[in-house]
Amino acid sequence: MANEEVLSGLADIVEEVAGVAKDDVTVEKSFVDDLDIDSLSMVEIAVQAEDKFGVKIPDDELANLKTVGDAVDYITKNTV
Amino acid sequence: MSNDIVITGLGATTPLGGDVTSTWDALLAGKSGVSILDAEWVTTFGLPTRIAAQLAVDPSEVLPRVEARRLDRCEQVAVIAARQAWADSGLTTDSVDSERLAVIIGTGIGGASTLLNQDDLLEGPGLRKVSPLTVPMLMPNGPAAHVGIELKARAGVHAPVSACASGAEAIAWAFRMLRSGEADVIVAGGAEAAIAGITMAGFCQARTMSTNNDEPTKASRPFDVNRDGFVLGEGAGIMVLEREEHAKARGATIYGKLAGVGTSSDGYHITAPDPEGAGQARAITTALRTGGVDPADVGHVNCHATSTSVGDVTETVAIRKAIGEHPVLTAPKGSFGHLLGAAGAVEAIVTVLSIRDSVIPATLNLEELDPGVVHDVVAGEPRKVDLKAAVNDSFGFGGHNVALAFTSA
Repeated sequence: MANEEVLSGLADIVEEVAGVAKDDVTVEKSFVDDLDIDSLSMVEIAVQAEDKFGVKIPDDELANLKTVGDAVDYITKNTV
Repeated sequence: MSNDIVITGLGATTPLGGDVTSTWDALLAGKSGVSILDAEWVTTFGLPTRIAAQLAVDPSEVLPRVEARRLDRCEQVAVIAARQAWADSGLTTDSVDSERLAVIIGTGIGGASTLLNQDDLLEGPGLRKVSPLTVPMLMPNGPAAHVGIELKARAGVHAPVSACASGAEAIAWAFRMLRSGEADVIVAGGAEAAIAGITMAGFCQARTMSTNNDEPTKASRPFDVNRDGFVLGEGAGIMVLEREEHAKARGATIYGKLAGVGTSSDGYHITAPDPEGAGQARAITTALRTGGVDPADVGHVNCHATSTSVGDVTETVAIRKAIGEHPVLTAPKGSFGHLLGAAGAVEAIVTVLSIRDSVIPATLNLEELDPGVVHDVVAGEPRKVDLKAAVNDSFGFGGHNVALAFTSA
């Protein structure tokens, strides 16, 4: 799956869960520091991303996904 | 130094209106907030009661979508009413010392719909679909916690849980905290949103709810001989209370005084009130004594009266014992039903407004007074009357009794 496609899909989820405008969800942004997303919302985002992209995001991997770009890369590489 | 406690802000969302003004106007106009419940589960479960007093303005019309999805409905109504009360008070988070600001918001049941919805998800699609926000949404301190965080209240955030007395108990706690000097300003009240299958079923099985489904607006009829139970409602009522000198120093508009509070417990039965009304009477007596209010000056009691066969008359027995036969009574549950943990707070607001505006709302649907009641109960039209002092009663399953004594500003 193309990076742009994943970014767009992930931005939709972030907007739905956390109310961040889709345009603000860009690869260099930190979920916690820039987008003000807490650990509870991150769990919701991960579950929705798993369903949408058909990936598995184990908790220890989730902890490494600091930025939107980290998440896009992980999803792109692990999509079955 | 004045040790008086004053009310400087009011907020509410109820079955009669989305704020205090619309609720108060609808109450005086004799409107009913009760209607048929069109939820599917009402027929699925075959509930004998198919009516309720639902919010006039749904929280989804007021709160941003993302905020709403992180809050249980009982937290939503608390946040809505608290924002109104806070704005009404004229206070800002910058103008109050956060370490002198407390929040006390009670609820009878807490996040019932979250518990039900998330359990459905656990048993259906499974663990992955259960929200990580489940616990903060169902915990009964959730309404107080959310308001406390928003206002940066750091003198304490509390959530009294005493069934249908919770909202009034929150205001009683506020009085005590202010009197003891633990805070300068307290945002206090109650919130409830528990119109759900399991709560309705439980109340139906306890035979406490009206089954007058054919005439929803006439179902809640406190003190009327033909009453057959309460009507379940939802909503929130919040007031901002301050030490008088704090309010005056900042030039606040003062609605009235919370002169005294009284709490007691029956030690009798888990749902039935002590038939002698001894515990209720002690709560009222304590409220008057702590407030230095002469029973002869209490012109009005805003009653808890829920429209159940036993409770309504017992309450008047307690009023006779503690105050006498002279107070004029009313029971607003005829209009907006029983808001459980929010009831005492919303009705305390009504009591404050009755004193301020010199008018007692009528008890809706009171057509033939129960012969067991000796008091003058306002029926038909609101009663214009100057009030020096008025009492608000609240009682809850478990035998919790709370009385709040208010006086004019």
